[in-house]
Amino acid sequence: MSAPLLEVRDLRTHFFTRAGVVKAVDGVSFTLERGQVLGLVGESGSGKSVTGFSLLGLVDPPGRIVGGSIRLDGEELVGMPLDELRRLRGRQIAMVFQDPMMTLNPVLTVGAQMTLAIRAHEKVTGVAARERAASVLTRVGIPDAAARLDAYPHEFSGGMRQRVAIAIAMTHSPGLIVADEPTTALDVSIQAQILHEMRELSRESGTALVWISHDLATVSSVAERIMVMYAGRLVEEGPTSTVLRDPRHPYTRGLLDSLPATARPGQELRQVPGNTPSLLALPPGCPFAPRCVRASERCVVDPEHSVDAVRAFRCHHPLERAA
Amino acid sequence: MSTAFLTLDGISKRFDPRLTLGDRIAARFGATVEDRPVRAVTEVSLTINPGETLGLVGESGCGKSTLGRIVAGILPPTAGTVTIDGEPVLQNGRKVTTRVQTVFQDPFASLDPRMRIGDTVAEGPIAHGLVTKANAVDYVRGWLQRVGLEPEFAGRYPHQFSGGQRQRVAIARALAMQPDLLVCDEPVASLDVSIQAQIINLFLELRRDLGITCLFISHDLGVVRHVSDRVAIMYLGRIVEVGSTEQIYRDPKHPYTRALLDSVPRLVLEDDALVEFNAITGEIPSPLAPPPGCTFHPRCPLAVDACRRDVPALMADGTDRLVACHVRAMERNNTETTTRENDR
Repeated sequence: MSAPLLEVRDLRTHFFTRAGVVKAVDGVSFTLERGQVLGLVGESGSGKSVTGFSLLGLVDPPGRIVGGSIRLDGEELVGMPLDELRRLRGRQIAMVFQDPMMTLNPVLTVGAQMTLAIRAHEKVTGVAARERAASVLTRVGIPDAAARLDAYPHEFSGGMRQRVAIAIAMTHSPGLIVADEPTTALDVSIQAQILHEMRELSRESGTALVWISHDLATVSSVAERIMVMYAGRLVEEGPTSTVLRDPRHPYTRGLLDSLPATARPGQELRQVPGNTPSLLALPPGCPFAPRCVRASERCVVDPEHSVDAVRAFRCHHPLERAA
Repeated sequence: MSTAFLTLDGISKRFDPRLTLGDRIAARFGATVEDRPVRAVTEVSLTINPGETLGLVGESGCGKSTLGRIVAGILPPTAGTVTIDGEPVLQNGRKVTTRVQTVFQDPFASLDPRMRIGDTVAEGPIAHGLVTKANAVDYVRGWLQRVGLEPEFAGRYPHQFSGGQRQRVAIARALAMQPDLLVCDEPVASLDVSIQAQIINLFLELRRDLGITCLFISHDLGVVRHVSDRVAIMYLGRIVEVGSTEQIYRDPKHPYTRALLDSVPRLVLEDDALVEFNAITGEIPSPLAPPPGCTFHPRCPLAVDACRRDVPALMADGTDRLVACHVRAMERNNTETTTRENDR
């Protein structure tokens, strides 16, 4: 078997704030094969976005990757000098943000910024770059792409803007795209279009995706594998259908039970009590223990990862596997 | 129905943009200046029965929040009336009832950051004489407890609370006015899933115990299905379908309702089942220039000539469901004719 596309080991990204050290990502490890779609789910503050940003080295001070390793295609990204990192960004690894205006410059036409992105990595003429840009825009479903190159971002609707951001990420057919809540700000009908298109694009070009979202239903419809994060740590990881059908970690179960879709209409939802803990004042041991019905004295000691046949989880008192 | 608790009759709302100086001068000299009003809500008539929760669903820009604000008496409609138990909510553009209260989406924006939450909750009831100043402290503590907060929290400021707790404060503030109708505008949209479940449960419990009637506005079809007795679907300022929650979700009649339901990602639990989406093509047209006829026709797979010409009326389909669709109306007429011929 060839080496995985992405190998993250014991990643730690901390923020050194005046109030104290925020361990936003604390010991996250996973691998991703070429062309695979990995869903990363969690609630706000779980560290899912910081994990995504860390992969591209986009963590700004006071945040810093304090430990661990990120190997993309065998190349170590942690500690890589900025100019080398910039050579990789856009060509081998790209990002799609929740707000497409994070990617787009409001005072440049879409065509201008796309040709800039193309010529940053390839020596081509302006005309050739423009043609490439038009063809990528067509691929993400923008009608009349050649003419739309001269439009500014504000002349596009929210859904179209997100398509442009995706087009820019796809330009160099990178091996990996990190998509951080790419459809969260969009209406359901537009979300369905974008989900469908991104899955097709990833399949066609063999691009692997890390799909970050708080929405289990969205992730379950695109991702082959799923990772569930809580308070900066991975609590469960495995094939999407296995994890969602038959979760072993009580937090994963709690998330699923919170969804109205899993309950009879009008019935009380089985809720997770309490709030997500502040990352500044994490309880000792398992961070989920204070909200967990299965917690015992053992849970003050941080559980190690356990592995069953197909998936990993981190709990002293895992749920039984359904037969 | 005469038993209706809340009645909306022919509600329309247009927002006229302020003309620029140049346009105003031109208008003064008799030039025809193009003003492009936004028709946010067009001819909406709806009723809600006592104790019922009506879910109002639509995508962004469809006018659902504007309609909610009109019901709550925050915005005066351009045309039409809103009445609760036969009493108007607005008179001469001013809200004249406290029987309707609102819970907004963003609990970070809807609470005054410089007021202790106890004072925020007490302000309305004191001003309207529901409680004396002397009794306000106990009154507020009672409501905080009712929504699952510690009574001692009354002395705290909004920044000391999490999003879910703030939404509880906002609910307590609305309920402290002892309303008969609650307008909830995306009350759980900005909350995390586990917190969302807590607030939905609180809502179900309060509704059961207090018998409050509710207009529940949301873009989240899953949440609406869970809390509503009936559902109204809105598209570009108009109601396109109204029916019982069960009818709408099991057998949507309007092509837009169907497309919307098909677009919702479902929790996929089967192995390797990458679901196909029946995505609606195209985008929502601008309410500045809505298409003629049925506003959904440019995206509709069933559209016929009549759809491009005439606005379909909201009509009963034989049950208590209403649908605004030419194609469905024709189908119904055809079946009715055949049945009649067969009877003959």
